[in-house]
Order: sequence, then C-alpha cells, then structure tokens
Amino acid sequence: MATPLGGMPNQGATPLVEMKDICISFGGVHAVDHAYVDLYPGEVVGLLGHNGAGKSTLIKILSGAYRPDSGEIRIDGKPATINSPRDARSYNIETIYQTLALADNLDAASNLFLGRELVTPFGFVNDDQMEAETRKIMGKLNPNFKKFKVPVKALSGGQRQSVAIARAVYFNARILIMDEPTAALGVHETQMVGELIQELKRQGLGIFLISHDIEDVFELCDRLTVMKNGRVVGTARTQDVTKDEVLGMIILGKCPPGAKPGPGAMAEDLEAA
Amino acid sequence: MSDATLSGSKTPTARSLVSALQLDTRLLGMIGAFIVLCIVFNVFTDGRFLTPRNIFNLTIQTVSVAIMATGMVFIIVTRHIDLSVGSLLATVAAVMAVVQTQVLPVTFGLGLGHPAIWIIALVVGLIVGAGIGAFQGWMVGYLGIPAFIVTLGGLLVWRNAAWFITNGQTIGPLDETFAIMGGAGGTMGETWSWVLGLVAVGVSIWLLLSARRRRAAHGFPVKPAWAEATMAVIISGAILGFVAVLNAAEIPAQRLQRIFAAQGQTMPEGLVMGYGIPISVLLLIVVAVAMTVIARRTRLGRYIFATGGNPDAAELSGINTRLLTVKVFALMGGLCALSAAVASARLGFSTNDIGTLDELRVIAAAVIGGTALSGGIGTIYGAILGALIMQSLQSGMAMVGVDAPLQAIVVGIVLVLAVLVDILYRKRTGD
Repeated sequence: MATPLGGMPNQGATPLVEMKDICISFGGVHAVDHAYVDLYPGEVVGLLGHNGAGKSTLIKILSGAYRPDSGEIRIDGKPATINSPRDARSYNIETIYQTLALADNLDAASNLFLGRELVTPFGFVNDDQMEAETRKIMGKLNPNFKKFKVPVKALSGGQRQSVAIARAVYFNARILIMDEPTAALGVHETQMVGELIQELKRQGLGIFLISHDIEDVFELCDRLTVMKNGRVVGTARTQDVTKDEVLGMIILGKCPPGAKPGPGAMAEDLEAA
Repeated sequence: MSDATLSGSKTPTARSLVSALQLDTRLLGMIGAFIVLCIVFNVFTDGRFLTPRNIFNLTIQTVSVAIMATGMVFIIVTRHIDLSVGSLLATVAAVMAVVQTQVLPVTFGLGLGHPAIWIIALVVGLIVGAGIGAFQGWMVGYLGIPAFIVTLGGLLVWRNAAWFITNGQTIGPLDETFAIMGGAGGTMGETWSWVLGLVAVGVSIWLLLSARRRRAAHGFPVKPAWAEATMAVIISGAILGFVAVLNAAEIPAQRLQRIFAAQGQTMPEGLVMGYGIPISVLLLIVVAVAMTVIARRTRLGRYIFATGGNPDAAELSGINTRLLTVKVFALMGGLCALSAAVASARLGFSTNDIGTLDELRVIAAAVIGGTALSGGIGTIYGAILGALIMQSLQSGMAMVGVDAPLQAIVVGIVLVLAVLVDILYRKRTGD
C-alpha cells in the first residue's frame, strides 16, 4: 500500500482511524485543542511532543480512557462512538500503556485476559485454558518467557512489556496504540519491541507510537505528528524531514517545509503555508 | 533481571519438600504460630485448653467474626475498609429479632414457633444487610467518599439505628429454629458429622485429581505423584481429625436428659453423645467455600483482585470498578447479616451491644490472616485462621486468668507484630 502523503487524506484508501477537531480540557486547561491525526493500515504513525504536549491525552481519547469535549472519531471512515475502554476494544483498538497497565498481583494469563476471561460452561474462569493460550502466544512473541505462575510483579520490564503486547496481539488488534513502549526497557528488549512492531505492520495493523525518543521514531515510523501545548504543530512523512527539523517542531513549534502545518505551528509558518 | 536467572534450576534444598508440595509457606507459618499458641495455653491451663470441649467452644465463638472476616478480605483487597460491620450486625440482628418475635407472629398472625419464621427472618436480614452494604458501597464507588469516612459514619448510624428499632430493649427469646444457627444448641450429631467429613474428604481428593488431570491434559508441569498423595493425606487427616475432635466434645449429661425429656423419653443410663459439627460452623464452612470459589473461580473475584492490584489497569481493561465497589460492600453487608443471625442465635436474644467492637476484630482477623492493606493480596482461609488465632488468644488468656485490660493490650501488640512479620516476610520473598 502506498504510504499516504503527509497528513493528506489519501483518495485511494480509507484511513483506519481519523480523529478530527478533538478538544478536551481539564479545569480550564486545553489539554488537547482541535487536534487532528489519522492512521492507515500497515502504517506506524509517531506522536511526538514534550511532556504535557497532549499526545498521551489525545491517544487516551482513542482508547476510551477519556471522553473528548468535542470532535469526531472515524474508524474505517465511519463515525465511531468511544465512551469507554470496552467500546475501544469493540473496534479492535488495543492500547499498551506507558505505565504498563498490568495488575501486579496477578499472573501473566490473568493479565492477558483481564476483562475478557475465558470461562467454562458453568461461568467459572478457566485458568487452565487461559494459561494454555498464554503459553501459546508467548511461545511466539518471547520464547524465553517461562514465568507463567508468578505475579507479574516478579517479571522484568521486558517480560512485562511482552505480556502487554501479547494482550494486544492475542485479541487481534487492528489499531494498536503504544505509549512509550520502550521507556522502561533495556537495549536488547527495545530491539525486540522494534522487531515486533515491524512484524505487526507487515500484518496490516495500524500503529500509533507515542515516544520521546526521536531515534526510535525515525527508525520505526512512516509518518509523524508533532504536538505542542495541546495543538498539532504539523504532520510529515518521516523521509521528508530531518531529525533537527523535528526537534524544531517539538521545541519551538516551528513547522519545516516538508511538513503540513497544523494549528499549533508558529504564526509565520502558517502564513508561509 | 535477565532471563537466564529465570530458568529456575531445581537444586535440592531444605525447602525442596515444601516447594514440591507447592504449599503456601505463609499459611504454614500461620498454622505454626497457631499451634505454638495452642500448646503454650495448654501448658499454662494444665491441659484444659486443648480439650475437645474447649475446641468446640472456640469454633463456635469464632464463627461470627470469621464469616465477616471473609467479606472484609474483599473489602481490603479492593483498597477499602469497612468500620461499620459491628454496627451493621447490630442493626440487622435487631431487624431479624423484631421480625421473628413481633412482625411475623403478631402482625402477620403466624403465631410463635411457626416453621417458616426462621427463614423469613433470615432472608429479611440478608436483604437489609446487603441493601445497607450496597448503599455504603454506592457512596464509596459513585460519590467518591472515602470508605473510611462512609463506614465511620455507618458505625455511628447503624449502632444507634439498632437502638431505635428495638427501643433500646433486648429482644427475645428468638425463634427456636432460628436459634439452631447459634452453636451448642444446634449441632449435627456424631453420625452426620462423620458423613459430612467423609464427603468433604471425597470432594477434596476429587478436586486434587481433576486439577491434576486438567493440567496434564494441557501439557503443563504437574507436581510429582507422591507430593499429590501427601497433600491428599494431609487434607483428609485434617478434616477427619477436626470431625473427631468435635465428636469427642460430649454433650453434658444434664443437657442430654433435658433433650430426651423434651421428646417424652427417658435417657438410657450411661449414654454419652458427642456434639459433632455445630450448624454455625457448617455455615462458616459453606461461606468459606463459596467465598473461595468467588475469589478464585469467578470473574467477580478476578476483578476484585485486579482492582486491588492496580485500579487504573482494571479500569482500562474495561472493568466497572464503581459497580464492583458496590458489589463488594453489598457482599460484606450480606455476610454481616449471616453473622448477625449466628451471634444473636447464640445468645438467644438480640441485645443492644451485640457486635460491639466487632469491626476491629474482623479487620484484625483479615490482617493477621495476611490481607495487605495496600490492596490486591489476601486469602479467605487466611482470614478465617486469623479469626481463630484472635479468638484463641482471647479465650486462652481468659482461661489462664489474665486480667481483661492486659488481654486487650496483648491482642493489640499481637496485631501489630503480625503485620510486621508479614512485611518482613514479603520483603524477603519479594512477593
């Protein structure tokens, strides 16, 4: 599939996700202010920005953790209503959170199936079946994983991350949101996550990657969207911009020529465009 | 931590027996402490502590607090607290007492001693208890008032609501069938106790075997057969030993004479009969099994523990944590009602001060039983064992002749020490 041009809706394909004019404020602070992002199948879109730039908030709206004050979400071109994490899951949106949303006191299988337990015909949770499924999928994702019977608290950062990723993969995510997936990981584990992202991309998933790490973004992403103070500075194909230009977008809100400017770009750039 | 360290080579150590049996070392520690406690009291009471009669009494005295402690486990696991349980018990006991002595026999004209009175009173009590619990849970979950405050208010409100229901009077005597739930007045007798014991042994062995078969079917590692057999022997021994002790608790001859006289018969000379398992203890066993099944085998239980471990993760996984809070408090209220039935039936009356300070005993039992106030960790059997330890401490000290103020001081110190030991244990094992 042809990679769509920077931020321009591609005529040939329907975006997997479109978030238009999204606004949300907390106590008078516009955390997200008329933001726009889109995502196509088989594409990795990086969301960049400082802490508090609004990228995590924007993506939490997509994953159902927050409800936007206004704006529109379209999945496969159709308007979607996402009021809760459960709704998001019904659209095959899976999220891997920065804080690794795992219940530390439960084992890997219980976490993987949390909220979607396999049950026996009598309605009791089927731990054996869940453990078997967990062993199967972990065998593919992380063959070294052996700790199936201990609370995930006892696992390393990489092992915990693979539980979180297994959860998304197992339930056939079509849209995957990764919030700083490598922040807590070592070099080897980061590489593992990178390979996994490439693999999921080949399978046609759309992936939002939220990251601080500009190296990661340039390595993994097809496009990137930069946010500053809750507004989109601009969107660009990774190949059309340099790392320095992206840093300029993050720090100054200065939109380079290779990017399509958004409402958060510095005024003179808007005029220039 | 690298994956290499995780392969977990099974080198033979002193702990290999325990690890092969996959026993909960913390449970073993608690049982060990309990046994030491019993032996010490037995020595200081010249052997009076570990008599069948005293053990029988201990089990009866433990039931009310133990039933509530199982519910308190869920409350504390979800990072809440319930200070109102003793007061709630009083209100529900008052309601049930009024229903069975006044409303049903007089207002509805059933007459005293009608066979349906006990069950109607109990059901009304359960509804009131669960309803009040759900209301408190709603305030915690949906209005966002901290559970400490809601139930501190509840402690004052329900204690005195009970006073208004009864006009401050002691209500009784309670319905005769209802009173069977109390303890010594209602036991299963020796034969049925053995039957129950054997059934329990059969079910336990079947559960062990079927779990093993399921794991083997999935190709998971299973315990060695000898370990499984050892477990079966230990469990069977514990169950049958418990039945044997309760059966060995003899019904006093005078009481036996009265029972025979009531049926218009004369007691055969030299007849000796054991109490067997009290109905209240049977009730506790049923509650314990049901609560354990909820904790381990249902979604509700899974969500309770997940929410306690990481409320945000639970919420993001699509769990309705507010509704969960209501359910957990409603369950606690229902269990308070059961305890109210047991406690008032044991006395034969509903008194104003029934359940006073029970909230502290219940919380202490759950905490001594290994429930972590930080949430996410706790077991039903631990809480029951905790309740038993608390009751043994108090009964034992009373038998030894320790002054009442000193008893309370010792219980307080034990509570704090138990939690300290638990913290140190968790630090060492890292879980």
